[in-house]
Amino acid sequence: MKKAGEKTALKRSKEEEEEQNQIFNFNRKPADEDKDDDLSDSEDSVYSGLEDSGSDAEGEEGSEEEEEDDDDDKMKERTEEEVSEEKKEDEYEHDSSDEEDIRNTVGNIPVEWYKDFPHIGYNLDGKKIYKPIRNKDELDDFLDKMENPEYWRTVHDKQTGSDIVLSDDQVELVNRLQRGQFGDVNFNEYEPMVEFFSSDVMIHPITNRPADKRSFIPSLTEKEKVSKLVHAIKMGWLKPRRVEDDGRGRYYDLWASEDSSILARHRMHLPAPKIPLPGHHESYNPPPEYLFTDEERALWEQQDPGDRKLPFVPRKYSSLRQVPAFSHFIHERFERCLDLYLCPRQRKMRVNVNPEDLIPQLPKPKDLQPFPTTQSLVYRGHSGLVRSISVSPSGQWLASGSDDGSVRFWEVCSSRCMKMVQVGGAVKSVAWNPNPSVCLLAVALDSVVLILSPSLADKQVILSSERLLSAQQEGEEPAEGNGSVVWSEAEGEELNQGVRLKIQHPKAVHQVVWHAKGDYLASVMPDNTSHLQVYIHQLSRRRSQNPFSRNKGLVQCVSFHPIRPYFFVATQRSIRIYNLVKQEMTKKLQANSKWISSMAVHPGGDHVICGSYDCKLSWFDLDLSTKPYKMLRHHKKAVRGVAYHRLYPLFASASDDGSVIVCHGTVYNDLLQNPLIVPVKVLRGHVMTHDLGVLDVTFHPTQPWVFSSGADATIRLFT
Amino acid sequence: MGGLQKKKFERGSATNYITRNRARKKLQLSLPDFRRLCILKGIYPHEPKHKKKVNKGSTAPRTFYLLKDIRFLLHEPIVGKFREYKIFVRKLKKAYGKTEWSAVERLRENKPTYKLDHIIKERYPTFIDALRDIDDALCMCFLFSTFARTGKCHVQTIQLCKRLTVEWMNYVITSRSLRKVFLSIKGIYYQAEVMGQLITWVVPYQFSHDHPVDVDYRVMATFTELYTTLLGFVNFRLYNSLNLVYPPKKLSALSASLARVVSSAEEEEAQLDHFPTEGEDMEKMEAREKELKQQEAQKKLFEGLKFYLNREVPRESLAFIIRCFGGQVSWDKSVCIGSTYEMTDETITHHIIDRPSVDKQYINRYYIQPQWVYDCVNAKVLLPVEDYFLGVTLPPHLSPFVEEKEGDYVPPEKLKIMALQRGEKTGNEQEEEEEEEEEEEEEEEQEEEEEDDNGDEEDDEEEVAEEKNLKKMEEQRSQGKVIFKVTPGKLKVENKARLEQEEKAEEKRLAIMMMKKKEKYLYDKIMFGKKRKVREANKLAAKRKAHDDAEKAKKKKARK
Repeated sequence: MKKAGEKTALKRSKEEEEEQNQIFNFNRKPADEDKDDDLSDSEDSVYSGLEDSGSDAEGEEGSEEEEEDDDDDKMKERTEEEVSEEKKEDEYEHDSSDEEDIRNTVGNIPVEWYKDFPHIGYNLDGKKIYKPIRNKDELDDFLDKMENPEYWRTVHDKQTGSDIVLSDDQVELVNRLQRGQFGDVNFNEYEPMVEFFSSDVMIHPITNRPADKRSFIPSLTEKEKVSKLVHAIKMGWLKPRRVEDDGRGRYYDLWASEDSSILARHRMHLPAPKIPLPGHHESYNPPPEYLFTDEERALWEQQDPGDRKLPFVPRKYSSLRQVPAFSHFIHERFERCLDLYLCPRQRKMRVNVNPEDLIPQLPKPKDLQPFPTTQSLVYRGHSGLVRSISVSPSGQWLASGSDDGSVRFWEVCSSRCMKMVQVGGAVKSVAWNPNPSVCLLAVALDSVVLILSPSLADKQVILSSERLLSAQQEGEEPAEGNGSVVWSEAEGEELNQGVRLKIQHPKAVHQVVWHAKGDYLASVMPDNTSHLQVYIHQLSRRRSQNPFSRNKGLVQCVSFHPIRPYFFVATQRSIRIYNLVKQEMTKKLQANSKWISSMAVHPGGDHVICGSYDCKLSWFDLDLSTKPYKMLRHHKKAVRGVAYHRLYPLFASASDDGSVIVCHGTVYNDLLQNPLIVPVKVLRGHVMTHDLGVLDVTFHPTQPWVFSSGADATIRLFT
Repeated sequence: MGGLQKKKFERGSATNYITRNRARKKLQLSLPDFRRLCILKGIYPHEPKHKKKVNKGSTAPRTFYLLKDIRFLLHEPIVGKFREYKIFVRKLKKAYGKTEWSAVERLRENKPTYKLDHIIKERYPTFIDALRDIDDALCMCFLFSTFARTGKCHVQTIQLCKRLTVEWMNYVITSRSLRKVFLSIKGIYYQAEVMGQLITWVVPYQFSHDHPVDVDYRVMATFTELYTTLLGFVNFRLYNSLNLVYPPKKLSALSASLARVVSSAEEEEAQLDHFPTEGEDMEKMEAREKELKQQEAQKKLFEGLKFYLNREVPRESLAFIIRCFGGQVSWDKSVCIGSTYEMTDETITHHIIDRPSVDKQYINRYYIQPQWVYDCVNAKVLLPVEDYFLGVTLPPHLSPFVEEKEGDYVPPEKLKIMALQRGEKTGNEQEEEEEEEEEEEEEEEQEEEEEDDNGDEEDDEEEVAEEKNLKKMEEQRSQGKVIFKVTPGKLKVENKARLEQEEKAEEKRLAIMMMKKKEKYLYDKIMFGKKRKVREANKLAAKRKAHDDAEKAKKKKARK
C-alpha cells in the first residue's frame, strides 16, 4: 500500500507537469494531443508497476520542442534533457550492423563477387547501388593524407565502397576495443553478484525445465553396483561400518554371577609372587645408617648386577623437590612384565625347619658317666714333642717317648718322673708289654727296636721278665731266618739304664705293638716300594718273620686282635684283617678316608676305630659291613691318635687342633642292636706348637682316665 | 622277559610338558602372536621337577609349558581374531600397493578388534581374585598415564589409562581406603585396603621419561591392553559397591567436587555390630574393635584441616592423600583446574611448601614441608609440625612397609614414632638423649650376649686368671726355680645357673657333632642365615652410632 501511495504521489506530480505543459502548449497540434493520450497510457503502465523509459523519453521529446521558445529559467532542466536526447540518438547511430546493411541487401557475401560489376549491391527498393566513381589515384591519396586532417579517421567501407569518416565516439570505441576494454563506457564489469543458487528457497524456480525422462527410469548401472554390494554384504565380504564406542559403555558387572565352573582349570595355577615391598633403603630421605659408605659403594659398583643385594644405590635428598626421576622405572616395569610371562614357575615347598629340631636327641652325658672331664695332672720334663705314650698294665706307670731322644717313666698319681733313659734318637713309639706278669717296654727309634726293662715293679715281676728275656739264650742260638733283622744284647751303659735287647731293622721303624699275651711284637717300617714293611717278632725265641710276601700299599699301623689270632694292618685307605693261623686275609675294611693315621681295636675284638689325616674318625662294626658304621667328623684338623678303654665303653681321639674328644661307645652283645656312640667330652689343654696339637692318646687300664701327649712337650692326664 | 620293551619318554613327566617351539607349532602361531596370547591368557612356562627327564635326556636349556595349558589355548576364540588381523594386514598392504585409497579406508574402518572380557572372567573367576592381581595393573596404568604422546603407544591407550587411574583414585578417596604411602627414590608408593585386600602400587614422579631403547613396548602394550580391561571392570564393580554410577560424569584432576557425589556411605559401615561373646572370643573381639577404632581414626586424620598446596609440591599425590583422609585441599588457580579457595583464605591451617623460605607468611597457618603429610599418614597420628617447618632439616622418611621382627634392627626414628603412637610425649631433647643412651646400652647388652653365644669355650675370667697363675708356677718349677709361696685362697662362688647353662650349651655342642651330614648342612645354613641377620643388624647399629657420634662432636665444636 505504501508503494502504491508513493506511486500515486509520483503520478500526481507528473500530471501536474503535464498540466503545466498543456498550459504552455495550448496551441499545439492534435497529433501532440494524441501523443499525450499515449502518454497517459504509458502512465497507466507506470501505474501497473512496469518502467517504461521510452514513453518518458517521448514525453520529454515533446517538451524539447517547446524548449526552443521557452524561458531561460528552465535551462537546467533542458540541458539534462538534451544529454539524454543525444544519448538516444547515439544509440541509433551505433545500432547493430543489420540496420546498416539495410542500404545493401546482397547479404553476407564476399565483396569480390561484385568486383566486375559497376554496382555493389541492391538497396531496399531493389535498385542497384553503384560503386562510387573511383577517381582517386595514389597522388590524390597522398595529397589527401597530407592535407586532410580527417584522413587518419577515414575508413574505406568495402560494402558500400564509400569512405566514412569516423566520429570521435567511434574512434574512442576503437581505442577501447584495442585496449581490450569493453566497448560501452558505462558498462560496469564489477557488478555485485546476484546469488541465484543460494540456500534460500525462492518461490520461483530458476529453471523451469521439466525433468528428463531418464530421471524417472531406474539406472541399470546403479542397479548393477548395488547388487554387487548386496552380494558382498550377503557373503560377509563387506561389513556395515562399525559403530565406534568411546569405551563408556564397554564395562559392565563382569562378576555378576560368580560360577565356580571355571575354577577347575586353576588347580595347576601358580600365582606370580608380588613385587617385594620397599624397605628403608629406598626412601628418598633414609636414616643415615642405610646410606652406603664409600667401601660399600665401591663394592656395589664392582659387583655384577645380578649379585647386588640392592638394585639401586640408596640416596638422600634434603627435600622432596630435589628428587629426580628414577631412570630405571620403565625398565623395572618391563622386567616385571617379562617375569610374568617368560619366567618358568615352580611350586617350592619351603618347610620352616626349626633348627633345634634337627639336633639329634642323645642320652645326656651326665647319664653316661664315668668319663674324664677335667685336666688333673700335667707331666713336664721332655724338651721335644712327645710322640708316644704307654701305660703299664698295672696302671701305675706311664712311659713316654719323645723327639729329644729320651724315654721317661712317670708315676701316674704323682706326675713324678721316676726314670729317664737316653736312647740317643727320636723315639717314634713306645709300647708297654700288656702281660701283667712281666714288666717290659718296647721302644722304636730310627731303625732299632729296644726292649727295656724299667724295673719298676715287684721283684717277682722283674725276675719273670728277666727270665723271659734270657729264656731262649739258654736254648738254641737265634735262628736268623731273616738276615735283615739282627737281635743283639745290650751292653755296658745301656744295660745299666735298663736296655736289654736291641732288634736291628733294615729300615726306620715307626711303630711297635705287642700281642695281648706279651710274647709277640710287631713292628712297622712304612715303605711304599717293598713288601718288607711289617715284622712280627717272638720275644721268647728271638725270632722275626715277615708275614707278607707282597706289597699292598703303604702300611700305616698294625694291631693284634685282643683274643683271636687276627692281625690288623692299616694301609693308606683300607684296613686288612689277616688270619694268622690260616695265613690268609679275612676282611678288607674301606675307611672312606684319604689317609689313615691310627687305628685301635675294641677289647671285644668286633669293632675297630681308625682316625685319618682328613679329620675323620670311622667306626667299623666287623659284624656289619666293610664300610664304616659311623663316620665322625668332630675334629677340625688331622686325627693323630685313637684309643679304646679296656673296661669302660669309652674311646678317645686326639687331633692336631689340640683337643681330645672322648666318646661313649656302648657295644651290645645283642647282635641286633648297633653300637651307641655319644660324644661326651671335649678335652682341651695342649698348646699348639708348630701346627701340631695332640700326638698320642691312651686310656688308663682300669680308671676312666685318659692320657694325652702333645707337641708342647707335655703329657696331660684328664680324669 | 616277555612283553614289549618300554620306550623311554613316552609316559610320565615327559608327556606333561611341551617346549615353546612345539607349542607354537601346535597352535600355528607366529612367535609375537604366541607371546601375545600367553600374556593375555596368563600362560607361563613351568619348571619341571626333573628337567632332564622332561627334556628327553638332554640338558639343553629349554622353556617348558604345561601341555594342558597349550591344549586349553587351542580353543581360544581370540586366536581366530589374531588370524583375522593377519589377513587384514595383508589386505591393507595389498590395497596400499595398488594405491586403492577407498579400499584402504574401507579396510581401516573394518579393522578387526577383539574383546578381552571373557579372558578376564576366565582368569579371575571371582572379584577377589581380580583384586588380588590388580597391583601390576595399577602400576602399569599409572606408568602409561604419565607417558607423553611420543608414539611409544597409542594416544587412546594413554587417555584410557589416565581415565582409569583417576577413576581408581576417586574410588580410593570416596571409600577412604588408603592405608600407607611412601616416598621412595623410584616413585611414590601407595597401599590401599580394598575389600580386605592390600593393594600396593607405585606412581613415578612427574617427569618426562627418556624411553630406554632395550625395552620392547609391544610387550608392555599387550599387558596394558589386558590391564586396562581388568581395571575397567574392577572400577565398575567398585563404583557399584558404593552405589555410584560407573562411568563417572566428570573426569578431571582430583578436585574437591568429585567425591562429593556420595559421602554418607561409609558412616553407616562405621558401627560394628555387637555379638554376645565369652572368654577368649571377647578378648579377640576387643582387639578387633580397637583396631577398627584406630582405623576409623586414621580415616579421619585430616578432617577439619584445610591445606593449601604451593605450586612446587606434587599436587596430584598430595591432593589424593589429603582428600583420602578427609582434609580439604586447594592450590593456585593457574596450576590446575579445580582449586576451591585462594591462598589468601584465612581459614587455611596448613600451607604445604617446598622451598627454603617464603616472603609473605600468614600467622595463622603452619608452613610445612610435604613430607609431613606422608609421615602423618604412616604414623596414623598428626605428628608435631615443628620438625617439618620451612628450612628445617627433615627427619628421615621411613618405609611403612617394613615390619620389624624380633632381633631386627629398628631405626631410632621408628621407635620415636611408635612412642608417639602409644601416646607418650617426648617433648624435650633430654629425654630423647636418655632414650638414646638406653638404646645404646641395650645394644651393648645385645652384643655381649652375642659374644657369649659365639665364644662358648670361654670360661670365667677368674678361672682363666687362676690357670695362668698355675701355669706360671708350673713353668717356674720345671725350670728348677722352686718358690714356695702360699697365697690366700679365694672362696670360689659357683654360679649355679651359669654352670647349668654352660652344661646345656656343651651338651648341645656335642649333640651337634653327632648330626648327620645332610642335617648338619641344613642346620649350618639356617644358623648362617640367622647369624648374618644379626651381623647386618649390628652393622646398621654400629653405622648409626658412628654417625650420631660424629654429629655430636660436630655440635660440640659448634658450641665452642
